[in-house]
Amino acid sequence: MNQDFKNHMCQALKKNVRMDGRKNDEFRKITVQTGVIAGAEGSAKVTCGDTELIVGIKMNVGTPYPDTPDAGVLMTGAELYPMSNPQFEVGPPGDIAIETARVIDRGIRESGAIDTKKLCIEAGEKVWMVCLDIAPVNLDGNLIDLGALGAIAALRNAKFPELKDGKPDYKHISKKALPISKIPIEITVSKIGESFLVDLTNEEEKFVDARLTVAVLEDDTLCAMQKGGDSPLTQDEILMMIDLAIKKSKDLRKLL
Amino acid sequence: MTLKKRPDGRKFDQTRKVEAKAGVIKNADGSGFFKIGNTSAYAAVYGPKELFPRNKQDPKKGLLRCNYNMMPFSGAGDRVRPGPSRRSKEISMVTQKALLPVVDLSNCPNAVVDVFIELTETDAGSRCAGICAASIALADAGITMKDMVSAVSAGIVDNQVLVDLDYQEEAYETGDVADIPVAMIPNTEEITLLQMDGRISKEDFKKALEMVKQPLKDLAEIQRKALKEKYK
Repeated sequence: MNQDFKNHMCQALKKNVRMDGRKNDEFRKITVQTGVIAGAEGSAKVTCGDTELIVGIKMNVGTPYPDTPDAGVLMTGAELYPMSNPQFEVGPPGDIAIETARVIDRGIRESGAIDTKKLCIEAGEKVWMVCLDIAPVNLDGNLIDLGALGAIAALRNAKFPELKDGKPDYKHISKKALPISKIPIEITVSKIGESFLVDLTNEEEKFVDARLTVAVLEDDTLCAMQKGGDSPLTQDEILMMIDLAIKKSKDLRKLL
Repeated sequence: MTLKKRPDGRKFDQTRKVEAKAGVIKNADGSGFFKIGNTSAYAAVYGPKELFPRNKQDPKKGLLRCNYNMMPFSGAGDRVRPGPSRRSKEISMVTQKALLPVVDLSNCPNAVVDVFIELTETDAGSRCAGICAASIALADAGITMKDMVSAVSAGIVDNQVLVDLDYQEEAYETGDVADIPVAMIPNTEEITLLQMDGRISKEDFKKALEMVKQPLKDLAEIQRKALKEKYK
């Protein structure tokens, strides 16, 4: 990281000007398209500036966890392919992939977006397992927010396969949609110098001092949070970041 | 019994609907997208760049490295477990062998050219789609190339020789079924990838190879068009 460049950037950010000419609290143009993968039970493609990612849902039947015998299972993964950005390497998921998947998973899980009780086929024996995978095609920043947006769009798009002898029959997809009741929207607010930004590009993410991801529900309640970055945040800063996240979540919600 | 009509109504020597694009991944030095029926492949090329570890470097020429991967949600059946499998490693290898004859890396010694192939949806013919996308991506990255490589499968279903089998045809249960992925350098008609599984007579195999030539040349034309489209 070039400190002189960062100083220069911070000066510009104080005047509410970013490298690509956006304002600090301005998102790039986002598009959400659902049903893009023919073989997946649910899917969505999200583009935002040069970031493009695909979220796909596969459903299968498995045994429930012993502590929740009557609840289905949600599994979230992020596959950060070297295709999408030269910073990633071939191999098992790294730190970024694991954090991304877990933060997105928490937003969906804690909001109660999926009624997992309705995923039960036979208590203690068989439940639906919902596997959600996030895969960027070209990554130019803001993976968490866009991944979470794609995830909820894909979940809303998903349809159950029909059951045949207790196994999913992928050739026959029913009309029955996943039981989705709430829509969490995740917004990450990042601090660079003294300024607070949303929807960072790859270039901007290199300069982040601290960031806070907030999952917001329709009624502005919060259901998940994660702080990242090397610098600490004060209480006032955190409250201000939450306010900004709530405000921006309303714009993203309209895209669904 | 001979197959009279294909399940989706195609002619025997007709491929599924094809869509090709170049320059779809901004971060990459070159990229391509290739869709045939319900099989879609992205390919990204990064490099030439210095190869690490250094003991792998070749002072005479650069190295071509290919990685084929199916996204977890890409298959119509069960979820594909992320990470390399024996299948994906083999396909990565044969893909590299299929592309190598057309690329000239003698001008970038000690370097590596990475080709990442990601399948977003698969309905048979994914390695061929991956090779077509990779070929577009290599050309888009400005790698020195003799020609395109295009690939599609030939085969036999219920004693009828045909081109570009889809999943339904691959799984046909009556009569002989064979799936033969073929990659070809269109101008010289040299074959750079050939695999086969199933049962086929020598005569039918020859017929299948003859039948697949023209579709391969047509695919190469679509690949070239995609590249020209980008620089319009």
